Amino acid sequence: MKTFCSVWLLLSLVELSPAPPASQEPPLACTGAPDPAPPQPETAEDMASTGDLEPTHYPARRAAQVALHYLNTHHGSPFRVFGLQQVHKASAEDVAAGGRKYKLDFSVTDWGSGSAGPALRCSADVLFPRTERHSAPKVELHCEALQQINSTAQEDDAFYQKYISPDSTVSARDIPDSFGNMSEEMQPFWRLARVAASFIMLRESSENTEFNMAKVASITQQESSEEQLMLEFVVLLHDFPSQEIVQWKLLASWSPDRGVRVLQTEWQPRCPHATKPPN
Amino acid sequence: MILARKFYSSKMKGLLVLTALFVAVFGKKTFEGDQVLRITAKNEAQIFLLKELSEQEHLGLDFWREPVHESLPVDVYVPFHSLQAVRVFLRYNQIQYNVMIMDVQDLLDDEEREMVKYRTIPRSTDDFVYTAYHDLNSIYSFMDMLVAENSNLVSKIVIGQSYENRPLNVLKFSTGANRPGIWFDTGIHSREWVTQASGIWFAKKIVTDYGRDPVLTDILNNYDIFLEIVTNPDGFAYTHSRDRMWRKTRKPNSGSSCVGVDPNRNWDAGFGGGGSSSNPCTETYRGPSAHSEPEVKAIVDFVKSHGKLKAFVSIHSYSQMLLYPYGYTSTPAKDKAELHELAKKAIASLQSLYNTRYTYGSIITTIYQADGITVDWTYEQGIKYSYTFELRDTGRYGFLLPADQIIPTAEETWLALMAIMEHTKNNPY
Repeated sequence: MKTFCSVWLLLSLVELSPAPPASQEPPLACTGAPDPAPPQPETAEDMASTGDLEPTHYPARRAAQVALHYLNTHHGSPFRVFGLQQVHKASAEDVAAGGRKYKLDFSVTDWGSGSAGPALRCSADVLFPRTERHSAPKVELHCEALQQINSTAQEDDAFYQKYISPDSTVSARDIPDSFGNMSEEMQPFWRLARVAASFIMLRESSENTEFNMAKVASITQQESSEEQLMLEFVVLLHDFPSQEIVQWKLLASWSPDRGVRVLQTEWQPRCPHATKPPN
Repeated sequence: MILARKFYSSKMKGLLVLTALFVAVFGKKTFEGDQVLRITAKNEAQIFLLKELSEQEHLGLDFWREPVHESLPVDVYVPFHSLQAVRVFLRYNQIQYNVMIMDVQDLLDDEEREMVKYRTIPRSTDDFVYTAYHDLNSIYSFMDMLVAENSNLVSKIVIGQSYENRPLNVLKFSTGANRPGIWFDTGIHSREWVTQASGIWFAKKIVTDYGRDPVLTDILNNYDIFLEIVTNPDGFAYTHSRDRMWRKTRKPNSGSSCVGVDPNRNWDAGFGGGGSSSNPCTETYRGPSAHSEPEVKAIVDFVKSHGKLKAFVSIHSYSQMLLYPYGYTSTPAKDKAELHELAKKAIASLQSLYNTRYTYGSIITTIYQADGITVDWTYEQGIKYSYTFELRDTGRYGFLLPADQIIPTAEETWLALMAIMEHTKNNPY
């Protein structure tokens, strides 16, 4: 018991930082050695996660969320961001090269068109590789009628024209604010941030994560380059299984022609837990 | 008199010019740009002109002080569309004036702001703004008001103190002694603001519906309802003052600079398993030992000493789910079939209101493995109808749910809670 206590005491003295993102070497902004990704035991449930899956349960849902991030990186814009509506069917199998491949049949809705938007039916193959170091899942996606949903070209162009001017210096914080408020003007920026964040969420995903964007901490417009709107975002991502809030700074470009591209990403350890209460 | 008539004829021309100058009347919804002028007539002739002016109906003037005598000031409200014309008229006739109110709308806005400031301290639970998020003091005041207004039905029990010595308040709704009980808690994770907001709404709903809704009345005539609205007050205060995303308690951890324990991993059911963390710097840190957190211990003590709770619902957000035990093991709960059927019924009721889609199932299969959670412990204490809710939404706004969704969320969730309560009442054990 004594040895246990001293070992426990020793362990608790090691200041462990919040779990760094899977794909990046963490800077030592929080004191102490970086924690390796928290162990995810293979429970009986995990082993059973092959074959047909319950579409409303988490293994299918996490894979569908990955497919959703992929969809948004390819088709998201200031006036179009997709959200997962429902998973209809799902199955998984272990693949020869190592890894697990999910086959999904699901529906998404466009948050840009309000709650009245029609659901889009999609099918996807999502492969989570099993490698020493984390590597991004691979997605093959097909959504029916993607080209037929109402084009946002007009709004995209108007938005682009408004902000591409050299005088434009958009700068904002806390979108939405603590009360969920977001001005009309900020909505396209929020969507752009969500699309840009999808690149990161896609890259960082595994079978043990389920990411959403919790909020945009800041937006700072940079000088336009090569006729692209340049935006620096700081976003807070929420991972469901660990409940962690992960902060990323990123630089993204957008234009109606080229869509969203993410040029730089930087994990910003927050260490919110590492604050002593005021005495 | 003759002099006046002479003035009249040439000055009438001025008035006609004025009328000619007058452009279209704008429909008005606000008082923007309207002014109030104080005019000082220096002789009877000017008074006469002002009287003529007052008869020009199309100008929409309102004389707060009529032109009577040159020794008395004339105050006139001038709508924006007539301002130009009136000023020209006054200058043309060399009638002195100054601007008393530069912009009537500004004045009204300031007044409104003052009134709102005065109004935001509600004087009763009917005054309380259910469509907004409130801070801890407001919520505690609400509780006291509710008790004061319904002292025959509601009382407040303090089941303990938080780490930072805030009272842990539970509202008890009771119509008789020695009854079995039903428990709801909201806000155990402080950043899940829609839950505390819904808890406030539930409290008001209960007092409103008792004696009016036959189902609720029947329930309350047989069971007590206990409602802990702010289950983690330290965390909640912190979400207002420092970090909107704070989840845990605010108790420091010895040997670490990281603060806080996940109150929903701190219960003595599968405590210490892989579905919780041993790292104080993480969101799912389980704490040094089961029930180490005073916020958790207070509920444990209450449940044990009450001894007759028959349903226990712990409310979280987000992801739109209704979940039953277990989180720490994949062994199905003994009552799984019944819990599953009841969940299905409760969700159908919920969905009937706004078509909000919910998922349901056991915690470990539906959401993730989670060890040391509230409802696993309450279930193992023998409280069969132990459920966890995850309210709106599914990730679009997440924790930052816009306030206009508070009431719809509370309304639909209430239907599910009623289904659970009704089933509990109809299936005594």
